[in-house]
Amino acid sequence: MVDASLDRRELLPKILPGHAEYLIVSGLAGASRDAAALTSEGDNLFTMGGAMGAAVSIGLGMALCAPDKKIAVITGDGELLMNIGSLATVASAAPQNLSIICIDNGQHGETGGQKGHTAERTDLELMAKGAGISAVMTISRPEELETAARFLTESPGPRFLWTRVLPGPPSDWT
Amino acid sequence: MTESKEPRWARSLYSQLVEGGVTLFTHVPDAGNAALIRLAQQNNKTSAVLLSAEEEGVGICAGADLVGGRSVVCMQSSGVGNCVNHLSLVKGGRFPVFLIVTMRGDYGEMNPWQYPMGQAVDAVLEAMGLLIFRVDSEEDLEVATGAALSACFKGGQGVALVLSQRFLGAKAF
Repeated sequence: MVDASLDRRELLPKILPGHAEYLIVSGLAGASRDAAALTSEGDNLFTMGGAMGAAVSIGLGMALCAPDKKIAVITGDGELLMNIGSLATVASAAPQNLSIICIDNGQHGETGGQKGHTAERTDLELMAKGAGISAVMTISRPEELETAARFLTESPGPRFLWTRVLPGPPSDWT
Repeated sequence: MTESKEPRWARSLYSQLVEGGVTLFTHVPDAGNAALIRLAQQNNKTSAVLLSAEEEGVGICAGADLVGGRSVVCMQSSGVGNCVNHLSLVKGGRFPVFLIVTMRGDYGEMNPWQYPMGQAVDAVLEAMGLLIFRVDSEEDLEVATGAALSACFKGGQGVALVLSQRFLGAKAF
């Protein structure tokens, strides 16, 4: 089992305090709720409700066409894994202005909490590194949040942050 | 730009797309789109982005549009099948998705594996609400490309510029 003690509802404000400076795209379900709560559903956020697996690609299109803007993708483990090859595309295109944040609860929360691949053997840090993304970080505890925030602002892009969270509910935003 | 060795039709298509504001040429490699992609790589006004799978290019079209850019996604006909759920971005988000599909499994095809998806291309695209602009000869190309550009980036439609094997020539593999 994953040894995680992060509450996802407290995650994003701590790691993205400068969220107003970003253009953000979020994946489905819980990731969209958390991103909506973070920005109060701001004009800088595009939330997905379908086309599962597209969030990273949409963020890449934004990053390549607006190189002077900071772009963040906020998505879940299931959404990311559905199109995991997009990490290789990001690594090859190598936009400096793109950050990918995966909120991983190890389950498909929106459909009843069915166990996901990352609950057992799948290691997204290795997969991101293997895709060719060099700036990769994993966190699972509250005391790591400050370092994660620095990672997102100081490491060279593109960057991938894997956040392993408790399987609790996402932010209360509909 | 120095004189290119690429086929005339590819140079013409590339120029028309650039004049239409396209800067990103995402693609999964295909013999049919190779010349267009080389042109996109050679010119510093445009970028060629290699995809792992075709549907990523659909997402990139949407992302480009969110920040005021324009992207096309180039694929062989078999890639249309990979795109289906991502094409929800056309009806669901009214994004200007522009596919350039180089056909296999139609006129003169000798590989039996290419027929199932090749013959399903029109039905799949129409089911997802894209408009099809088919090119069967070099004379069709400029008019079809112009119509597709207008429909997509001015009319807000998802479009597919479909270059047939009658136009490209059937492959011997």
